[in-house]
Parts: sequence; C-alpha cells; structure tokens
Amino acid sequence: MFDVVIVGAGVIGGMLARQLSKYDLKICLLEKENDVAMGASKANSGIVHGGYDPEPGTLKAKLNAEGVQKLYDVADEIHAPYRKNGSFVCAFGTPEEEATVRELYERGLENGIPGLEILTGDEARVLEPALSPAASLVLNVTNAGIVCPYEMTVAAIGNAMDNGTELKVNFAVSDIKKEQDVFVVTSAGGEVVKGRYVVNCAGGYSDRVAAMVGDDFFKIIPRAGEYMLLDKNEGSRVSHTIFQVPSKDGKGILVSPTVDGNLLTGPTATVVESPEATSTTPAGLDAVARLAAKSVPSVNFRQVITSFSGVRASEKSGDFIICPAKSVENMIHVAAIDSPGLTCCVSIADYVIDLLREAGLAMAPRADWCPTRENPHAFREMSDEEKDAYIKEHPAYGKIVCRCETVSEGEIRDAIRRNPPACDIDGVKRRTRSGMGRCQGGFCMPYVMRLISEERGVAMESVTKNGKGSTPLIGKL
Amino acid sequence: MREHDIVVVGGGPAGLAAAIAAYDSGVTDVVVLDRESSVGGILRQCIHNGFGLHKLGRELTGPEYADVYRCEVEKRGIRVYCETTVTGVTADRVVTAQNKEGVLKIKAGAVVLAMGCRERSRGALNISGTRPAGVYSAGTAQKFINCEGYMVGKKVVILGSGDIGLIMARRMTFEGAKVEAVCELMPYSGGLTRNIVQCLEDFGIPLYLSTTVAEIHGKERVEGVTIAQVDENRRVIEETKRYIPCDTLLLSCGLIPENELTRGAGIPIDPITSGALVDENRQTEIPGIFACGNVLQVHDLVDYVSDEAEMAGIGAASFVKNGAVSGKTVETKPGNGVRYVLPQRVHTESGKDVSLFLRVTQPFPKVRFTVKSGDVVLATAQRLKAAPGEMEKITVKSEKLQGAQEPITVSLEVL
Ligand SMILES: Cc1cc2nc3c(=O)[nH]c(=O)nc-3n(C[C@H](O)[C@H](O)[C@H](O)COP(=O)(O)OP(=O)(O)OC[C@H]3O[C@@H](n4cnc5c(N)ncnc54)[C@H](O)[C@@H]3O)c2cc1C
Ligand SMILES: Cc1cc2nc3c(=O)[nH]c(=O)nc-3n(C[C@H](O)[C@H](O)[C@H](O)COP(=O)(O)OP(=O)(O)OC[C@H]3O[C@@H](n4cnc5c(N)ncnc54)[C@H](O)[C@@H]3O)c2cc1C
Repeated sequence: MFDVVIVGAGVIGGMLARQLSKYDLKICLLEKENDVAMGASKANSGIVHGGYDPEPGTLKAKLNAEGVQKLYDVADEIHAPYRKNGSFVCAFGTPEEEATVRELYERGLENGIPGLEILTGDEARVLEPALSPAASLVLNVTNAGIVCPYEMTVAAIGNAMDNGTELKVNFAVSDIKKEQDVFVVTSAGGEVVKGRYVVNCAGGYSDRVAAMVGDDFFKIIPRAGEYMLLDKNEGSRVSHTIFQVPSKDGKGILVSPTVDGNLLTGPTATVVESPEATSTTPAGLDAVARLAAKSVPSVNFRQVITSFSGVRASEKSGDFIICPAKSVENMIHVAAIDSPGLTCCVSIADYVIDLLREAGLAMAPRADWCPTRENPHAFREMSDEEKDAYIKEHPAYGKIVCRCETVSEGEIRDAIRRNPPACDIDGVKRRTRSGMGRCQGGFCMPYVMRLISEERGVAMESVTKNGKGSTPLIGKL
Repeated sequence: MREHDIVVVGGGPAGLAAAIAAYDSGVTDVVVLDRESSVGGILRQCIHNGFGLHKLGRELTGPEYADVYRCEVEKRGIRVYCETTVTGVTADRVVTAQNKEGVLKIKAGAVVLAMGCRERSRGALNISGTRPAGVYSAGTAQKFINCEGYMVGKKVVILGSGDIGLIMARRMTFEGAKVEAVCELMPYSGGLTRNIVQCLEDFGIPLYLSTTVAEIHGKERVEGVTIAQVDENRRVIEETKRYIPCDTLLLSCGLIPENELTRGAGIPIDPITSGALVDENRQTEIPGIFACGNVLQVHDLVDYVSDEAEMAGIGAASFVKNGAVSGKTVETKPGNGVRYVLPQRVHTESGKDVSLFLRVTQPFPKVRFTVKSGDVVLATAQRLKAAPGEMEKITVKSEKLQGAQEPITVSLEVL
C-alpha cells in the first residue's frame, strides 16, 4: 500500500515524486512506456521561459514567476544540465510586432519577472551578431535559460528513487477504483497497485485518466510541434534563444543553442489526432527551415542531424489545470501542462504538495532525505589527467563506444545500472548521448546493444529501441 | 609525453598502407592507433569479393585484402594499438588518445590522418514520418549481418544506390530477405556498374531512379514506406506517391569523411570533398599533418585508397627526415563538368609527375579531359564514358608542370 500513487513519469510526475520524497511517504510512480520521459518531456524546446508571456492572474503566470529560480536550484542539486543563456523576443519591423514587444515587457513587469529590458535591433545584434538585420525591437529576457528536458526528468526520478520512490514502467493505468479509502489502480496487463492518494500526471492522456474516476470537465487537445536539430558545428550560431513575437499564427519558430552544444529550430503548432502522433511531416520541416531563417538567416540546414516532433497537452482554457478531482476525494489532476510546463515543474510539484496537504495527507520531513544525485557526467567533465587516473582504476571508461559524442563503455554501463535504469537503446541515448551525435548511432548501436544485453541478461534479439516490439534484430543468421 | 616519429590515426586500409610506406621510406618509429578491436577498418565487414584487382592483381574479399596489409605491418614490427581512440590532434602534432590503460599523449614528428568516413543518417537526409526500429544505414546492417551474425529484417526497401546499398541488396537476398526496391533520388546510380549488374539485375531487384522515400511508417518497428518520384529539383511529385509494406529501410545515401579531429587541429577543409585541402604528398595546410583514404575523399575502390595512403606515408617520412617540401605551389581548380580535383595544390618544381584525381558532375558519354594552366595544355585524357560514381585519374608529367601558373584547371568536353 502506497501513500501516493503518481500516474505518468514525465517531468511533472517525476519532479512531484522527487519533491514528495522529502517526506516520510511511500511513493509509487507508474508509467505506461518502457522508460521515463517518453511523452512531451522528451520532445520539446527545452527553454526555461522567463515568465513574460502568460496572462497576468493565471496559474501559469504565478507558477512561471515562481518556477524559474526553483528550477535552477533543483537542477543544481540533481545535476541536470542547464544554462542561463537568456532569450530574445524579436519584432521584425512592423508596428504591430513592435507593439507586442512592448506589451510583453509590460506584462512581464506585471508578472514580477526580473531582468527584462527592451533593445533596439542594433543593440541586440551587438550581443547576437547572427540575428537578422530585419529584427527591429527585441525583448531581452535575462533570467531565461535552456535545460535538457529528458535529463531533467531522468535526474528527478533518479533522485526520487534513490530516496525510496518505486518506479513501475510498462504499467499503463487502465482502471482506477476507490474501495473505501483506498485507490485500486490496475494496469492494462492486470497488475494492481494500491494507494491512499492518486495524482494524475498523465500528460496527453490526463483527460482519459480523469475519466477513469468519472471526471470529464476538461479535454486535452493534442498539438504537435516539429523540430530540426543541427550538428554541433552550428551550435554556436547564436548564444541566446531567439524567439519571434507571438502572432495570431502561433508563437513563431525559435532558434536556440542546446545545453549539449547543438542548434535547435522549431516548433510548429498543428492540432493532431492523438498525443502519440509524433510523425514529422515534409510541410512541417519545410516551415521550420523557412521561418527559422527569418530570425537567423545564416542557419545552415545542411547540418541537420535529426528531426523530431513532440505533442503538447493543451486545453481550451489556455491555463494549467491543477485541482482536486471532482468525483472522488484524495485525487489531484495535474493536466493541460503545456508550455511552460517544463519551466514550472518544481513550482507545480510544490503547488500539488500543498493541495495534497489540504486534502489531509500528513507529511513529516525525513531526516535522511538526500537532495543530491550523483553527477552522471562526472567523467566527461574531467581533465585529461583526471581521466587518466580514473581509467587506471576503472578501465571500462577508457573504451570509447560512441565516437561522435565520445561516450565510454563505463558511462553506458552506469546508465544501465543507475536509477532510473536505462532498459533500451533510446534510454541509453537519452542518458549518455551515445547515438545522439552526427552519425546517429550508425557505429555504436551494435556495441550499445551488446552492453544492454549483457547488463540486463537478455538476448540481443530482445533488446529494443524503445520497448514493446521495437526490436532492431529479427534473429540469428 | 611519449614521442614517435610518425603517428597514424586509424588502422583501416589507408592507415596500414601509409604506415608501411613510411617505414619503407626509412622512418621505422611508426605507430598506428585504431579504436576497434582489430585493424582493417570498414573492410572487416565487406566479406564480398572485388577488392585488390588493380593493386594486387587478384580478386580478394575485404578481410583478405586487409590481411595482406596487416601481415606487412606485422612483418615490419610496426606497433599497432587497437581499442585506442584518438580524441584530439593539435596543429603542433600532439596526439591525445584514450584506451583501457588511460589517456596517452604522443608528440609526433608527423601525423597521418586516416579515420575513414561515416554514412549519412536518416536525420541528415531529413526523411519525415515516425521513428521506429528497422531504419538502418546500410553499413550498420552490414556489420550486424557480417560481423555479429544477426539478421535485421525480412522485407526491405533500400534508399540510395551507392555501392554499399547495392551490395547489401544482394547480401540481404542471400540471407532470405525480400528486397522490394532500391530507390535512387538522382536520375542515375552512384554505384559501380558492375555492382548494379551483379547485385540487382542478377536477382531481379528493381532499381527506381529519380525516386525517394517520402515517409516512414510504423510505431514500434517499420511497417512500410511511402516512395515517390521526384522532379528535376528533387521535389516529391505528389501523384506518384505509393506505399510499400516492409519491415526494414536501409539507407545508402553517401558517405561523409570523419573530419572532427581534422577540424579540431584547425586544418582547412574543402567544402566539396569534405576532406582536408592537401598537396600532392597529401600534406594538409598544416605542415607535418597528412591525410589519406576516405577521410580525405570518399573512394569507390580500396585499391586507390592504398595508393593514396602510400603517397601520404612517403610524404610523412620525408617530412620527418627533411622537413616540409619547399618550392612554388599552384592551386588546382575544377572546370566545366568536373566536381572537384584533388590534390587542391601542387608543387610545380619538384621534378615529379603528379596524378590528379577527380569526379565529374553527372554521367557523360565519351569525353576528353583537359588539364590547363592558363592557355597551356598540361595533359589530356579520353574516356568512353564518365560517371560521378567512378573516380578519374589524370597524370601530369613533371616537365609540363614546371613553370605552370595559377590555377591549374581540369575540365571536360563531350566528344
Ligand atoms: C513542442 C513542445 C514544446 C515545448 N516547449 C517548452 C519549453 O520550451 N519550455 C517549457 O517550459 N515547456 C515546454 N513545453 C511543455 C513541456 O514539455 C510540458 O509541459 C512537460 O513536458 C509536460 O510534462 P508531463 O509530465 O505533464 O507530460 P509528459 O511528459 O507527456 O508525461 C506524461 C507521462 O504519462 C504517461 N502516461 C500517459 N497515460 C498513462 C497511463 N494511462 N498510465 C501510465 N502512464 C501514462 C505518458 O507515457 C508520459 O510518460 C513544450 C511542449 C511541447 C510538446
Ligand atoms: C560497404 C562497403 C563496400 C565496399 N565495397 C568495396 C568493393 O567492393 N571494392 C573496393 O575496392 N572497395 C570497396 N569499398 C571501399 C573501401 O572499403 C574503403 O574505401 C576503404 O575501407 C577506406 O579505407 P580507409 O582506411 O580510408 O577507411 P576505413 O576502412 O573506414 O578505416 C578507418 C579506420 O580508422 C579508425 N578510426 C577512425 N577514427 C579513429 C579515431 N579517432 N581513433 C582511432 N581510430 C580511428 C576506424 O576504426 C577504422 O578502422 C567498400 C566500402 C564499404 C563501406
């Protein structure tokens, strides 16, 4: 019997588990996929939004304003990579766009966002020489930053698990019943988990999970965003995240460095049929290239190394929906967490903890709680001398498996052993970057598969790309 | 820091041939570093035959060809360090490498870069659709089948008619898979004619020219692809879209020289070859650093890789013994119908003949190549046909080179 059962191991469910693990509670995190961070939390812009954008007075505005610093603080504790690179929101010469820049500035002040200033195009180009000559007025958002969204999720869940949280993957919640004061949560495979409180963090499926207890007061509208990621050769094209002012056609396409040194361009915004409609389309990718060039004309799209799409869990109100369930007690919905949900993951978690407390969950702080997680990138951050000494003790770190990103066998074995354990090729990739570089796994895939097979004691043919039937190999010759 | 006269980065056919040539030129303190567990490079997975006809006068498989060179290396006592990955090379020739014993730094008298190339990935091709298992670059599939003993799929579509794709079409067929189609974006194949005949036609595998894969379908594993014809601008013609069910998509859409180390050393790169700019000794623009094999330009025949590597090995040995070659240099430039010329710079007063290697821009019938300096013709050569898939070689005599002016151009005319 758990005190709290969390449905969905994205950055929201994951960070909630981490923040709750401070208390003397038995926590269980349920995820339908083979790994954590398989929904919106693995495919988004990875921007720490400054907070100038949400309508004043909304939950989004409040949690965004609170969330930025909280996110940086937690990222330091759990060693999730981030960089406070600042962002630019640009108008391109029209009076309407320039008026929007001024409006966003005012709105930011009202939301209590520090460090905002308005720059002329020329002032902005001094800081960012690749910015288009057409950029005429720019909102400089100095508190904004970039994070790696899936590493943030992995780190939060790893830290929660190190503190005792139980993670169950391949557990697709299909039914939730309340028997007296206990929730009986059943998976599609017939497995049962019981808990006193349930928190619905099911992202694109949060409306379906709500419906399991009879709540139907919100409906998720899945909206896809397509991206192209470019080689590290292009990664220093800009240092800030470059946004275009939002217009009636959407929020515009951004051009941003990533924490790993690549260049990211996107996203589009298209309503799709399901939260899993993550196909990329020729029209979408064309639009990304065309519109990115408006902000930064020099981006070289011949350097694209991969493209992907993520689906936002939007709702018609436009605000986050974070509230107790209406049809049962002791369940909280955390729904419609579209952008800036990543930015707000810590402030959302703390807000949910307050709701749980109000609902009667007793929370005694733990004396033995450990706020930090081991740095998974300690090896790659060492100097040559330190590496030399470390390899002499641990030879597996001397063998490089992924040549593009220089990832060693030791780091890959760690990712398979450490919480939350990587169980498939994509899981290793998200934790170590093996296969994320310019050859996209062409060279290292056989080796990575062998390490997974060895560490997890499964046959090569059973190793998957990302769970279920995604096996690259069909059998022995 | 350790010191060696010559450090060769990469122990594929290029690296091995360079090491042997350097040794035979009198510099015996040569080491070869390779990140794999044995030398031979890509040849280790090319178990088909067709190697060595030009260079060794016999037809060998890839591993056999590599073995010839491995034995020569061993005979000379040249030290080879396997499972040793080079992570950095500096302009002043400090090579940093990593293996299970630690991080080693070597100060080299000369460096030969021979890191080979990688395949263009799905992402780089920007094919839209889902991202299931079953999308492979052809070389990765080849490695699984030939080196690891695993089968990758049953019903296959291949995008790209480069040699690796053609060879894999036959290999997959041998292992019982059905190859539904080979699609080629261009109106002609980039592979060798002999491979089109022996790997596709002999097995009745259709080759669709001016055709691409427009979309990938399938959630967990590939379930099918949409193929479509393209117009002159290589844009998909919507009405020609057609779905082919399959569980595997192999990509054979070109190779990209692996020049990360080269860039890291600050060596200028030719935007067309994607390899370093070199002179006729295969020295890069940084004295004492040489490059050869697929890291310099993508070759179709390993025999030419070995030839090129010998030039680099000899060049490196000469640098160690005598320092940089002095004397006037002249740039080479591609002219009409020619995509690139390598070397990009030649010494004109060295008293040696120089071979120019080049590729044409598109298939041509009977052509004449002319090498010119201003209005002076330095060499000509005729071919019954020319295609981008087959590298051309034209030799300029030393006496013609003397006094040549900037630039030396190579162009072709259709006869
Ligand atoms: C294109 C795009 C761009 C974005 N850009 C930004 C940005 O720059 N900055 C920012 O702050 N935010 C951004 N966001 C928003 C941010 O990504 C999301 O707010 C955040 O990832 C939401 O996390 P989540 O945990 O709620 O959802 P998810 O990550 O989708 O997690 C939900 C999880 O629940 C699981 N699940 C669903 N149903 C069940 C079930 N029945 N049983 C068990 N498990 C289940 C899913 O598999 C999934 O793992 C962006 C989003 C998108 C899509
Ligand atoms: C599928 C396929 C089929 C082919 N078929 C034919 C054919 O039928 N006939 C023919 O003549 N030719 C054929 N070729 C071409 C021939 O194999 C290549 O031209 C040749 O292998 C290139 O030699 P190389 O030494 O330049 O590169 P590679 O063979 O790629 O060797 C490069 C070596 O460098 C090592 N290396 C790279 N980076 C580092 C680093 N940082 N540190 C340490 N080591 C490093 C690699 O491990 C590798 O061993 C084929 C090639 C392929 C891929």
